[in-house]
Amino acid sequence: MFESTSHEDRAGQATQRLHLMVCAGTGCVSNNSMKVKAALEEELAKHDLTREIKVVATGCNGFCGVGPLLLVQPDGILYQKLKPSQIPALVEEHLVKGRPVEKHMYHPPEGEQPVPLMNDIPFFKKQVLITLRNRGLIDPENIDDYIARDGYQALAKMLTQLTPEQVVEEVKASALRGRGGGGFPTGVKWETCRNAHSEDGAKYVICNADEGDPGAFMDRSIIEGNPHSVIEGMLIGAYAIGATRGYIYVRLEYPLALKRFQLALEQARAYGLLGEKILGTDFNLDIEVHRGAGAFVCGEATALMASIEGRVGEPRAKYVHTVERGLWNRPSCLNNVETWANVPLIIREGAKWFTKLGTGDVSENPWGGSKGTKVFSLAGKVNNTGLVEVPMGITLREIIYDIGGGIQDGKKFKAVQTGGPSGGCLPERLLDVDILDLEVDFDTLVKAGSMMGSGGMVVMAEDDCMIDVARYFIEFLMGESCGKCTPCREGLRNMAKILKRICDGEGRESDIELLEELGHAMMDGSLCGLGTSAPNPVISTIRYFRDEFEAHIRDKKCPAGVCRELVEYSIDSDRCNGCTLCAQACPARAIVGEQKQVHAVEQTHCTKCGACYDACNFHAVIRN
Amino acid sequence: MKLTVDKLAQLRDELQAQKAAREGEARAQVTVHMGTCGISAGAREVMNALLDALRERQITDVRVTTSGCAGLCSSEPMATVQIRDAAPVKYVDLSASKIIRVLDEHVLGGQVVKEFALAVGSERIA
Repeated sequence: MFESTSHEDRAGQATQRLHLMVCAGTGCVSNNSMKVKAALEEELAKHDLTREIKVVATGCNGFCGVGPLLLVQPDGILYQKLKPSQIPALVEEHLVKGRPVEKHMYHPPEGEQPVPLMNDIPFFKKQVLITLRNRGLIDPENIDDYIARDGYQALAKMLTQLTPEQVVEEVKASALRGRGGGGFPTGVKWETCRNAHSEDGAKYVICNADEGDPGAFMDRSIIEGNPHSVIEGMLIGAYAIGATRGYIYVRLEYPLALKRFQLALEQARAYGLLGEKILGTDFNLDIEVHRGAGAFVCGEATALMASIEGRVGEPRAKYVHTVERGLWNRPSCLNNVETWANVPLIIREGAKWFTKLGTGDVSENPWGGSKGTKVFSLAGKVNNTGLVEVPMGITLREIIYDIGGGIQDGKKFKAVQTGGPSGGCLPERLLDVDILDLEVDFDTLVKAGSMMGSGGMVVMAEDDCMIDVARYFIEFLMGESCGKCTPCREGLRNMAKILKRICDGEGRESDIELLEELGHAMMDGSLCGLGTSAPNPVISTIRYFRDEFEAHIRDKKCPAGVCRELVEYSIDSDRCNGCTLCAQACPARAIVGEQKQVHAVEQTHCTKCGACYDACNFHAVIRN
Repeated sequence: MKLTVDKLAQLRDELQAQKAAREGEARAQVTVHMGTCGISAGAREVMNALLDALRERQITDVRVTTSGCAGLCSSEPMATVQIRDAAPVKYVDLSASKIIRVLDEHVLGGQVVKEFALAVGSERIA
C-alpha cells in the first residue's frame, strides 16, 4: 500500500548531490538492470555514500539496444551495457574519485572517441520529447516525482479556469490526432462524445493499452515510464466529455505496465486526484484497470469494449459509432496511451504551443496537417534500436541514419516497414524520389502506400527478403484473426498458403494476381479495420517489390538469400585456400575437404543455415 | 492526505527543491578533489561538512561534485568553486570548518576567501 510522504518526512530527507537513474524499462530489466541497481546500492553503502547519492529506478530511457543503462545526474553522463560485476570499480572511480569511466560510455559505430554526455549522443540529440519528457528523470512508481515535474498542474488549471467546452476547443485547436494508428482528430471525437445522449447520463473514457503490433512498444514504454501522464490525460478527457467512469485496457503480456498503472491509480486516489471531489472540486472520476487476454483483435475499439463487458472480443459493425453507443451502449471515448499522454501538455501549455511542432496548416481544420511529435519504436537492421520521439515532419533519413546510426554492418538500406501488420513496406526509391527524404507524418505515409499506425518502424537491409517479411506478417495476422467474418479468416489462411509455396520454390505463375484478388476481396468484405487492412503487407510488397516475387516464382531464386529452399551454397575453387573455417562452422558436417585443399559442400547434407557463408574470410562461399 | 489545488502547488514547490540535483540549474558548483591524495588528507570530511552545511541552510541550487587529484597533492584537501559567469577559484589545505567559511563567504556571499585561496582560474586545456 502506498503511503504518501508527509511534509515532515520530506523536509527530513537529505538532498542528495547525485542521483543515479537506473533504467527499469522492460528491456533493461530483462538485461539484469535490477541486479545492477542492487550492486550500486551495496557499493554505495560500503563507501558510506548513501547519504549523498541516491539511486532511482526509472522508466524506459529509449536506448534499449545498449542496456542496462545508468544516467548520472546532474552530470548527464550515460553508462551503457553495465554488468553487476563492473559496478564496484565504477563506483570507486566515478563516485568516490570523480573520474568518469570511459569504457562504459557510448562508443559511436565509427569507433571514434566515447561520448560521455547523454545529450551529445546522436540518438538523443535529434529527439523532441513531449510524451516521453519525463523518461529517465522520474521514478514511475512514485507520484511525488511526477508532481515535482509539474504533474497534475494541467488538471488543476482546468478545474479552476476552464469549462468542459473550452477544453474540447483547446484540444480541437491543437489538432492532436489519434496516435493509435488512424489519426482521427481527438478533439472532434471528444466533441461528438460530449454531445452524444446517454439515457442514464453515464459516459466512459477508455484507454487503449492493448498495443499488439509486432515490434511496437511505444505505449508500454510510456506507461512504464510515466503512468500518471496517461491518468491525467484521462481525467481531462473525462471532464471534457462528462464521463463518469474510466477504464484502462492493458494486455496481459505487459505485467510491469499493469503493475505501474495499478500503483499509480492507488497513489492518485490517496492524494485525492481520483475518486470523489477531485482536488476539492465537484469533479468526480474513478478509473479501473481491465486486463485483456492478449488478443490482437481486442485493440479494435468495439472488440475491446466487448471484452470489458465480459463478452468474446469480437468486433461489431460500426453503423453506430462507439462515441455514441460504445461500452454498455453508452457514449464512450476511446483513445490510445500516447494520445492520452499528450493531453496534459496541451492543456498546460496551450494549443498554440503544441501546433508549433509538426507539419501542415491546421488553422482551418485538424485534418490539415500533423502536429506535435510521434513516438516510434525503431527496430530491425539499424545500429541503434530503441524508442524515439521525434517531431512530425522529420525525414526518414534523420530517423534511420542520425538517430538510428545507420544500417548494421555497413549494409545497404533496402526498405522500411511502418504501421505494423496494417501498414506496408516502402522501398528505397519511390516514384523517382529517395524514400529517405520522405517527411514523416500521417498523410505522407498514407500517400506513399503505408501508414503511421501506432509507430512501429522496422528497417530492412539488402539481406532481408520482402516475401519472407510479408509472410511473417500474414502468418501473425492469421493467428490473430478473430474468425468472425469470412474474408479475413479465409483470406489470410489462403494468403499464408500461397506465400509459403512461393518461398518454398513452388510458386505458380498466377500467384501474384491471385494474392491481389484475395487482398481486394478482404479490403472490400471485412467487417473491422483489422480485416480491411490485413492484406496491406502483401499488397504493398507486390506494388513495390514485384521483381522479387517474380524472381521467387519464375527463376526460383531468393535474391536476398533468405528463403532456404531457393538457396544453394557452393565453394569457389579459385578463392578457397583450404583454411577449414567453413567446415568447422558447419553444424551439419556437410563440408568436406582436406586442410589446404579446396573444400566442397555436400548438397544432400546441407541444411542451408549459412554458417559457412558467415565464417569464410575469403568470400569463397557462394550463395545463390 | 487529500490534495486541493493550492496544496498541490505547494507540494510541487517542495518536491522541486529536493530534486534540483536531477535537473541541474545551479548558481554555483563546488568540486571537492577526491583523488587518493585528497581522500587520505581528509577530503571526505570536507565533503561531509559541506553537504551537511548545505542541508542545514536548505540550499538546493549549489551543485557538489567530486573530481580526481588536482595535481597539487601536498596541498590537499582541495576544492574548486565555480560561480556562474565567474572564473573558478581553487582552495587548498581545507578542513571541515574552512569549507564552511568558503561556502558562506564565497559561494553564498560572493567574496573570495583569500586566506585559503590558491589561485583564480584553471589550467589551459589543449
